[in-house]
This record gives sequence, structure tokens and C-alpha cells, in this order.
Amino acid sequence: MELARFRDSIRLLTLKELHHLGFGHYGGSLSIVEVLAVLYGKVMKLNPAEPDWEGRDYFILSKGHGGPALYATLALKGYFPEKELYTLNKNGTSLPSHPDRNLTRGVDMTTGSLGQGISVAVGVALSHKLSARKNYTYCVVGDGELNEGQCWEAFQFAAHHKLNRLVVFIDDNKKQLDGPTKDIIDPLDFEEKLRAFGFYTMKVDGSSLEEIEAAIGRGKVESQGMPIGIVLDTIKGQGVPFLEQKADNHHVRPNAEDEAAILEMISELERRVERVEQS
Amino acid sequence: MIEASSKLYELENIEMRQMYASTILALAKKNPEVIALEADLMSAISTNKIIKEIPEQIINCGIMEANMMGVAAGLSITGKIPYIHTFAQFATRRAFDQLFVSGAYARCNLKIVGSDSGVTAEHNGGTHMAFEDLGLVRLIPGATVFEASDSTMLGYLLRSIEKERGIHYIRTVRKKAMKLYHEGETFEAGKGKVLREGNDVTLIASGIMVAESLAAAELLEKEGISAAVIDMFTIKPIDQELVVKYAEKTGLVITAENHNVIGGLGSAVAEVLGEHCPTPMYRIGVREQFGQVGVTEYLKKFYKLRASDIVEVVKCRVEG
Repeated sequence: MELARFRDSIRLLTLKELHHLGFGHYGGSLSIVEVLAVLYGKVMKLNPAEPDWEGRDYFILSKGHGGPALYATLALKGYFPEKELYTLNKNGTSLPSHPDRNLTRGVDMTTGSLGQGISVAVGVALSHKLSARKNYTYCVVGDGELNEGQCWEAFQFAAHHKLNRLVVFIDDNKKQLDGPTKDIIDPLDFEEKLRAFGFYTMKVDGSSLEEIEAAIGRGKVESQGMPIGIVLDTIKGQGVPFLEQKADNHHVRPNAEDEAAILEMISELERRVERVEQS
Repeated sequence: MIEASSKLYELENIEMRQMYASTILALAKKNPEVIALEADLMSAISTNKIIKEIPEQIINCGIMEANMMGVAAGLSITGKIPYIHTFAQFATRRAFDQLFVSGAYARCNLKIVGSDSGVTAEHNGGTHMAFEDLGLVRLIPGATVFEASDSTMLGYLLRSIEKERGIHYIRTVRKKAMKLYHEGETFEAGKGKVLREGNDVTLIASGIMVAESLAAAELLEKEGISAAVIDMFTIKPIDQELVVKYAEKTGLVITAENHNVIGGLGSAVAEVLGEHCPTPMYRIGVREQFGQVGVTEYLKKFYKLRASDIVEVVKCRVEG
């Protein structure tokens, strides 16, 4: 699938999935759509028919509340039928709000207790390195999640062990549940901090498929034994204008007005996906 | 040395830490997937003495217990067999959510050794004195919880869990324990060891309290009280059958542990008795207290963990 269409399809299914449920983590799911599209659409070595294939690259969504976007991506890749997306958070579902590696095909690690996913990604990358395997490990961490001290432990560990096949993305959407990250715990400059922690670091437009892909490529060539850190300049609710503008968009339970905007966006994305398909 | 009427219980020749290090070395040499993780306590547990032989298989994570649990989980999901060591309170109290979520809930395979447990933390004092670790790990669904009572047992348990999956926690002292078992002794997880038969009371103990209970039983014999002694080295799953059998046989059960009476061995035994065989019982252990600095003998006296304390409790309940 062409990358832009894959991205639109992930955004479309994420919206449909959350809309069907009636509430959920819209903001932080939508801000990672582009990075998921690049990873699952182009960069990662995968075999959806054999999710546990040893040669695969690993993906760990440390900011577990972005689960709905990951599920949309996995469904599009054929890990499970699309209709399963509409069981999100329903009793007995295989798609809980936060990823569970024992419930969902294609999910590499259980996450949701913030701060823990990076450590696991670091452990996976270390394991590959110890066994001289070439697999890459990709991890997406939230900017709010970086309040957790454990993340910084993991960064130090990764740099010390020269885990150069580890790529950590910071989803810098500038908001956490209670408001702007700047007002809660000012993160200062993530790029500067990651660099100081021993990462090969770049900051890119997190809504640009091209920039994300180029950054990964550049990191792999130039990191020189350092782990790769890519700060994604994103917007919470990315790609859905009314959500981008909504002040409180972390966990949304749409009212009638929101409802109309979401449905309009769904039709817009359906048209877009359709249009590319025809061309 | 524990004094009893007819016998002295002697300290072992080797320390538990030497047993830990030598067993890890043997396991790692045999199986390249075995990885030992440390959090800047290699010299405390003696793995610094073996790292040159297996440099790729011992990772010093630095003072990062939470990260260490996550790294272990990552190693586990890619097929490694992580053995994690740190002091008992760091392995449990400090990194509990990481152990719970990244470890147990994610169905990872972690072998955790918590050393310097309870009063044996001695001069590290109250901050470092875990009276809660058994209780915390016992709360985790599916976790297996051991307390090693001597080095033979520690070595055996470390080897036996290599092929098992899931969360295994082994609580241990770091230095010398009392010698209880001969080399070659075997231990079945979930099955207590009856070390002494008796008819009037059953003493169920773990860790350093096993030797104290054996000494207490000898003192009680002088007083005409016949005490059975069980080394309940698997705290979870507890040997329910054995607990019920001896409760029925003796009609009185006393537990003894170097741990809070809430959550650990005493609770586990009380739960079995309460549900399956209501029997008078008493829990010897730490009650609503924190740890403190001191030598083990002083601390045992302070927290009433000596053979003579056990004797007093038993006499009071048998005669009272």
C-alpha cells in the first residue's frame, strides 16, 4: 500500500474504532499515526502471517494508551481481521485499551504503566546485541511519559551498552492528561536532553512521513554505535483539525457537536483512501 | 550458633552468596541464554568474582532496579533466561510495579533473588530491611515464592527454576546460614520438608527460623512437649496438604518467620487453616514494626525471633 494511503487508513480505522466505542484516547493515538505508518508500512521487517518470526523487528509502544492506533495498524497489516477493531475495550476483548502481548497478535510487549516500555525495548535490543542478531527495536514514548524517572534510567543504560539498533521516538505532542507538558513538568528541550544522555538525536516534523523515514535512515547510517533518538514534533489529535484544536483532547467522550465533526472526518478520510485507490 | 539442649546448630562453611555466584557461573557456562542482572551489588553477592569468566552473561545495570526489571522482561521475551539479584527490598518494594506489569502480567520469565532479607540486613538498617518482600511477591498471580534456608537448598532452587517459566522469587540471606541439609538433598517446589516429628505442636518455619525452630523443639522436648518442625521453603504455592495433616495431628500450629506476620509464611499458613482446617495457631514474626540497625543476634532478640522466644510462645499455648 502506498504510504500516504496507509497513513490515512490507519487514521481512518483509529477514528472508526474509537467512535464505535464512544470514548477513548483520541489525542495520543492520532499523534503517532505517521510514525506507525512509516514503521509498519516501510521500515520494519515483519511477517504478519508469523507474528513471532525470530527475524522480525520489534515494536514497543511504551505510551500504551496509544493502543487504538497500533491496533488499526496491525489490522491493516493483516495480523487480525479489521472487524475485531470494533471490540476495543469491550468485555472479553482481545484489544484492551493498553496493549497486551498475550492477547493481541502482533503486539510485542504489554505496556500501559508509563515509563516501563522503554526499559523493555532496551532489554530486547540488548538481547539481540548479546546474540549478535541484526533485529532492530523500535519504541514510541510519550512526552508526558518522560515524567517517569525510569525512562531516563533506560536511556542511560541504552547509551552505555551502545544499543545502536534501538530507535526511540519521542511523541512530542506537548500535552499530557492534565494539560500542557510545559505547565506540569517543563520538559525543556528533549533533543538536547537525549543528546546529553548519549543518543544520536534528531528532531523532525512528526506529521511528515518523508521526514520520519529520512531520520530513521540517517540515524542508521550515522549513529556510530549510539542508540537513535528521534523527537517527533507532533500535535495531540494530529490530522483531525477539530481534535487538534480541542483543549482537552487526551481522553475524549464526544458530544453531539464532536460527533458530527468525527463523522465528517471519517467520510473525508474514506474519500481520500478511496481516491488514492482509484488513481 | 544456636544453642539447644543437646545439640549445637553450626553455621555453614560457605556463604549463601558464594553459592549464588558459583551456581550462576555453572548455569551460565552450560546455557548461553542464562543472563545474570545486577544493580551495583555484584561485590555484595560475589558475582564480581565470576564476571571475568562470563562477561557477556552478567550485566551490571547500575543503581536502576526499575529499569533492571524491564530489561529482564525484554531479555525474557526474546528467549533469554534472566536471573536478577538485588537486596530483597529493592527487588520487591522498590520495583514492584515493574515486576508486576512488565514481569508477571506480561507473562515474562524472571528469576529474582532478594538477598539480605529481614534482620540479616544488619548494619544497613531499617531502610534496607525487608519484612514485606514475601507478602508483596505472594500477591502476584502465578508467582512462585521461596525462602532458602541453607546453601544446599539455595543452589538446588536456583538450578531447578532454570527450566521453569514465570515469576520465581527466592529470598535468601547473603552470608552464612545454619547447615540443615546434606549435599545431594532434593527439594520439590510446593512440598514442605518435615525435619522433625512431634505430636503436641507443629512449628512451621522458613529461612533462618528453621534452625531456631529445630533448637526450640529440642528445648521443648526437655519440658515434655513434643514439637514437629517443618521447613516450609515454598511460601507460595504453600503445601496445603502438609499443613492440614500436621494441624490435624498436633492440634496447634506455630509459624516462625524473619518477616512481617502479615503477608508472608504466617499468613499463608493461616489462610490454609482458616479455609480447610480451623486450628489454634500463632504467628511468630515482626508485628507492626520497621527494621533497624543492629547485629542479627540483637535484632533476633528485639523482634523475638530466637529459639527461646518460640519456646515461650509454645509453652504459653500448650499449658495456658
